[in-house]
Amino acid sequence: MSVTVSMTVNGKAVTGEVEPRTLLVQFLRDHLGLTGTHVGCDTSQCGACVVHIDGESVKSCTALAVQAEGTEVNTIEGLAKDGVLHPMQEAFRENHGLQCGFCTPGMVMSAIELVRGRPDISEKEIREGLEGNICRCTGYHNIVKSIKAGAAAMKG
Amino acid sequence: MYEFNYQRPGSVADAVSAVKSADDGQFLAGGQTLLPTLKQRLAMPSDLVDLAGIGELKSISVDGGTVVVGAMMRHADVAGSADLQAKIPALAALAGDIGDRQVRNRGTLGGSIANNDPAADYPAACLALGATITTNERTLAAEDFFTGLFETALGEGEIVTSVTFPAPGKAAYVKFKNPASRYAIVGVFVAKTGADVRVAVTGAGGGGVFRVPEMEKALAGNFSAAALEGIAVSPDDLNSDIHASADYRAHLIGVMARRAVEACG
Ligand SMILES: Cc1cc2nc3c(=O)[nH]c(=O)nc-3n(C[C@H](O)[C@H](O)[C@H](O)COP(=O)(O)OP(=O)(O)OC[C@H]3O[C@@H](n4cnc5c(N)ncnc54)[C@H](O)[C@@H]3O)c2cc1C
Ligand code: FES
Ligand code: FES
Repeated sequence: MSVTVSMTVNGKAVTGEVEPRTLLVQFLRDHLGLTGTHVGCDTSQCGACVVHIDGESVKSCTALAVQAEGTEVNTIEGLAKDGVLHPMQEAFRENHGLQCGFCTPGMVMSAIELVRGRPDISEKEIREGLEGNICRCTGYHNIVKSIKAGAAAMKG
Repeated sequence: MYEFNYQRPGSVADAVSAVKSADDGQFLAGGQTLLPTLKQRLAMPSDLVDLAGIGELKSISVDGGTVVVGAMMRHADVAGSADLQAKIPALAALAGDIGDRQVRNRGTLGGSIANNDPAADYPAACLALGATITTNERTLAAEDFFTGLFETALGEGEIVTSVTFPAPGKAAYVKFKNPASRYAIVGVFVAKTGADVRVAVTGAGGGGVFRVPEMEKALAGNFSAAALEGIAVSPDDLNSDIHASADYRAHLIGVMARRAVEACG
């Protein structure tokens, strides 16, 4: 039995027919074609699926599409404006904050919420704030460096 | 996930009748335990009744010497509450150390205590602070609410509406975390109010959260880490799993308890 959901995704009003059991990540990827949001573990551990719901980071593999009814959802696709990368994306590029890139959309979305209002966030706070995001490639060093640079750039 | 119907009622009364009239209804709060369970097909409810639309479950208020926290307050709300940071900083700190930021942005107090995972953090706070749990039907002391592993006194269609925490004189919670999930391998909450001291342990007990009367007695006489020297908790009723043996957990209870007393200042 399907139900209708409506929400705003990356600034656009969207409506879709889903089953109640459809996960938010399935709605984004399979219904809206927004495949930038990844599924790494499907057990709520890795953070590759992180999106923002009303500005807060959430694992979209652990939320139902129907729970996001009426909310504003933002995904990695919504960050760049007119072909210009968001300062956090630019910081990841500049600081070699990715290797295979699989974890990157979730890392960037988590990072943007983490540094909001904290342009001088410390390395320790960044490492603690990334508890919900796992990277298999980088060893985190350049991710932390990227987020520190992104935090500073977002202030301006 | 198996199929289910989804409902989002606007009041506690409607949520109770929605669960009671369903074949096999279940409440949905933050979904951070329930959705992973459904994804593994470990449960097959006919209806999920989402509590997210019920405004009366979403508040934190100070009432004299107690703080009343609504069941749908998320871990992030509790961690960020100015009232709790002022009245019961140990509880705000506990909430801010649950899982990770994304889990804290969804998971709720009511969901955590209703689930009563033996490694969850909140049950230790409820027991040590002498909290009372209010449901749509009654008010229960924490001792009577937590009844065993993943077991509570909640009946069919009974909703936790709020938890009332008396503000202690001093309190601290220290946990030895599982590095992957941040769940407690052993967590100890110590609270002192006047001459009354309570020590509650989570993560370790074969029957879930429990108090340690010998430690409470020693600390009531002399509130210092030194007073706990030589008090051993028997490993007989403790859990052994891939993360830690019962003997190791017994050892950690002593270490975490001493650290918690020191953190009380
Ligand atoms: C990666 C990860 C790490 C985690 N780490 C920790 C940790 O370090 N410490 C910790 O304590 N927890 C941890 N958790 C668990 C987390 O805190 C959950 O949010 C919590 O256990 C359940 O709360 P919920 O609101 O998500 O409930 P849900 O998953 O929605 O519901 C859980 C159960 O409670 C019932 N229920 C929910 N609300 C009510 C209510 N008001 N009245 C009656 N029944 C209700 C539901 O029917 C269901 O059976 C972690 C979870 C994840 C995914
Ligand atoms: S895919 Fe959601 S946390 Fe890994
Ligand atoms: S860059 Fe490959 S998983 Fe992080």
